[in-house]
Amino acid sequence: MQLDLFLIIFWTAAIVFVAVEGILIYTVVRFRRKPGQEMPKQWHGHTRLEVAWTIAPALVLVVIAVPTITTIFKTANTPNQAEVLEVTVRAHQWWWEFQYPQFGVVTANELHIPPDPWVIEATLESDDVIHSFWVPKLVGKLDVVPNNTNKLWFAASRIDADPATPELDPYFGLCAEFCGTAHALMRFRVIVEPTKAAFDAWVEQQKAPPVAPASQLAKDGQRLFGEKGCTVCHTATGPDREGLQSARMTSFLRTEPGKPAPYPAPNLTHFASRTTLASATLDNTDDSLRRWLEDPNKVKPGNHMAKLAGAYTNPNLRLTPEDISALMAYLRSLQ
Amino acid sequence: MAAVSGALPRWLQRPTTYSGLWGWVVTVDHKRIGVMYGVTAFAFFLVGGIEAVTMRLQLATPANTLVNPDTFSQLFSMHALTMIFLAIMPLSAAFFNIIIPLQIGARDVAFPRLNALSYWVFLFGGLLLNAGWLFGRSPGAGWFAYSNLTSGPFSPGSGMDYYVLGLLVLGTASMAAGFNFVVTIINMRAPGMTLMRMPLFTWMTLVTSFLLVLAMPVITVALIELGFDRFAGTNFFRPEGGGDPILWQHLFWVFGHPEVYILILPAMGIVSEVLPTFSRKPLFGYPVVVLSGVFIGFMGWAVWSHHMFTVGLGPIANATFAITTMFIALPTGVKVFSWIATMWGGSIEFKTAMLFAIGFIVLFIIGGLSGVSHASPPADAQQQDTYYIVAHIHYVLFGGSIFGLFSGMYYWFPKATGHLLHEGLGKLHFWLAFIGMNITFAPMHWLGLDGMPRRIYTYNSNMGWDFWNLVATAGSLLIAVSTLVFLWNVFTTMRKEKDAPADPWDGRTLEWSISSPPPIYNFRTIPNVYARDAFWHQKYVEGSDGRPRPVPTGGATAHSEGHEAAESPHDIHMPGLSYFPIILALGLALTAAGIMIHLAVVAAGVLITFFGIYGWAFEPADPE
Repeated sequence: MQLDLFLIIFWTAAIVFVAVEGILIYTVVRFRRKPGQEMPKQWHGHTRLEVAWTIAPALVLVVIAVPTITTIFKTANTPNQAEVLEVTVRAHQWWWEFQYPQFGVVTANELHIPPDPWVIEATLESDDVIHSFWVPKLVGKLDVVPNNTNKLWFAASRIDADPATPELDPYFGLCAEFCGTAHALMRFRVIVEPTKAAFDAWVEQQKAPPVAPASQLAKDGQRLFGEKGCTVCHTATGPDREGLQSARMTSFLRTEPGKPAPYPAPNLTHFASRTTLASATLDNTDDSLRRWLEDPNKVKPGNHMAKLAGAYTNPNLRLTPEDISALMAYLRSLQ
Repeated sequence: MAAVSGALPRWLQRPTTYSGLWGWVVTVDHKRIGVMYGVTAFAFFLVGGIEAVTMRLQLATPANTLVNPDTFSQLFSMHALTMIFLAIMPLSAAFFNIIIPLQIGARDVAFPRLNALSYWVFLFGGLLLNAGWLFGRSPGAGWFAYSNLTSGPFSPGSGMDYYVLGLLVLGTASMAAGFNFVVTIINMRAPGMTLMRMPLFTWMTLVTSFLLVLAMPVITVALIELGFDRFAGTNFFRPEGGGDPILWQHLFWVFGHPEVYILILPAMGIVSEVLPTFSRKPLFGYPVVVLSGVFIGFMGWAVWSHHMFTVGLGPIANATFAITTMFIALPTGVKVFSWIATMWGGSIEFKTAMLFAIGFIVLFIIGGLSGVSHASPPADAQQQDTYYIVAHIHYVLFGGSIFGLFSGMYYWFPKATGHLLHEGLGKLHFWLAFIGMNITFAPMHWLGLDGMPRRIYTYNSNMGWDFWNLVATAGSLLIAVSTLVFLWNVFTTMRKEKDAPADPWDGRTLEWSISSPPPIYNFRTIPNVYARDAFWHQKYVEGSDGRPRPVPTGGATAHSEGHEAAESPHDIHMPGLSYFPIILALGLALTAAGIMIHLAVVAAGVLITFFGIYGWAFEPADPE
């Protein structure tokens, strides 16, 4: 519907553009001064012409205004139908948290949804500053405002990457309101499951309790995950406790800048099932995961983990390459 | 009298020097103040341009690392603040100062010392706003500075303090200038110059001045509240304390949208002067063009929430503001049609000033149409905060305001300085700027529609945005070159003899009836005005075929009957020079800076401010 309206506006504007610029160029060329030309006649105005060119644009605007107003009201409320999936989107500096309250599932930076005719009703909440939720090829943006919940609905059919440019991400989402240092790297990916059944299967997998790590390396990683202080902010054992994140936010706001404090951070329970990391800016490969753990600030300048986590601020907790290998093995086990 | 004022202490005496640097410091002459405004604003324009080119270089290739994200956010914040508050507004003020008294047949503005104060406060405010580059950090939350990103935990350090205090100081300068020009235009017009005989530029200056006086208090309130949040821990905008970050957006845009018209109306006024002169025809539909400008000034107050269509204000608010916004397209369209009709049937001479004026119309139509396209909230949900908006604002502010101001520079340069700028270099400047501007900003339309958001310091190459970003960067370099051509033109021109005639373009308004540059007192005899385009009607009479015929020699004096005998220049009373504007301005700026530095600096600033006010109030009207 937004596209239809945009096309109406675009073609109206294009016609006006060609007409007015055409007249302008014609005027400038035709009435250029020629040598020996006498003074032109002094017209001061022409009332009927002036009335006409006030009314004509007004009519053009009606062409735009009527579909604008009808679209605003048509898209204001979620359609009244059975197939509605509720998602709570919580925006953080600088990543996205997606909660599925109907299923008790919490994930980060990747929004899995069932295809059309399912309608997604997103409740937008912010933990810190104003962000804006936008998936350019799917739904127009709506701001995510602290203390002021917004609602947005949309439906999606599954599309695959264009074979001509397979590297282009079909449904990338991003933050559209400047929200601080890493604003440019606050992205997410929308994954439209081929069927509702596939979506349900994904939900079941996400609801499953975390699997205990099998290998020794992964077990070491799990120990380090606690010892190095990762658990101050990250949960890897199911959904966050009720209120945990807001408690973390409050403590962050009361902390002096620069001093370590707990901060809301992505839930890592099923980290290995994600296709991206660092707020959908990197593919979830071993190579990028190692780079991320070695120096998060290099990968994503400004991020709070580099600024606040003991592993990067306290020399006693610094991660050795072996530590990182162990942590990676543990994270990879979080299927 | 002499005995009384002779008893005054020496520091209360009026300065008497007109020459040298000191002569500029104590001047209250509107023409000199106008030149200072112009030079200072152009220097800031270059700073803003360097910031822009740096950003374009960073974005030329994906994943570029020329600047880090924090520097980038300071660059885009300061680029906007500099271009809006320190370049376009004061360049307009330069024209108000130099031209308005000449166009209305006055010897100076209504409050010459207040005029000097406006300039000095602007200068110090501009330096304060930019001081972050040297001390600590510059504002980095955008020129719009949306709360609560600007509050303590999210914007630590002094960056946002420079924003709050710098803009508070600059607002003082704008309000003083606004009052000054409202009073000047209403009270100091030459006899016979009724409102509907005023030149269009004077009209648009009047509307702009009213907007300044009414809009600046709104941002002042918002800035003081933000200052309290930052310095005193109050909760106007901080949600964690129950404040409302959206309140800032309303206050900011209630100021911000009239501000848009503060930026464009002076340029529209300039274009409305240049087009008739170089077409040798009067402005088509003068009353309608005037009323359109006034209507835009009014409606500018009723559209602010169109900057907030994606905030979630609800369908009723979005529909209402969509309609009011579309309304504003009407008077704007009427102006464009009237400009074209002014040229229609004319005899168009393509001087550089005229080229820039025509360029203004061409580019403003594009910016206006893209503006209408985001007046529709559902479409705006895609366009808001993307490069599409960046394209739009640069078509109206660079293609519009800056092109209009360049047109005015070429047009009035001889009047202000006595030098005619070189036409060949001027045309080179125009074409480079026109082509560069389109190469830079046209691709941003598609980038925005393809999903590229604003204010990102980097992008991945898998987004498909590489090519057009590189093109835009190339265009921005072309704009930079065009600006260098202009500087070279000014530099070489100023080294030549003053050879500009009084009326180089066959002008229509009173400023062309006096020498270039004008004498200190402007008009030896205050002219009587009998018609719109007062000076044109001294030179020509309309024949029965509607074509103008030159008035026979001596005929011009036919209008002069009833004048008093011309006064001797020595008897013309001009306002006295004064030290106190710069002292008062220094006091205000020091007070503001002190809030960041130390309470003792505030105390010193307040003392200097009071000293400035005291001396201002009690200095005698004339030097001894």
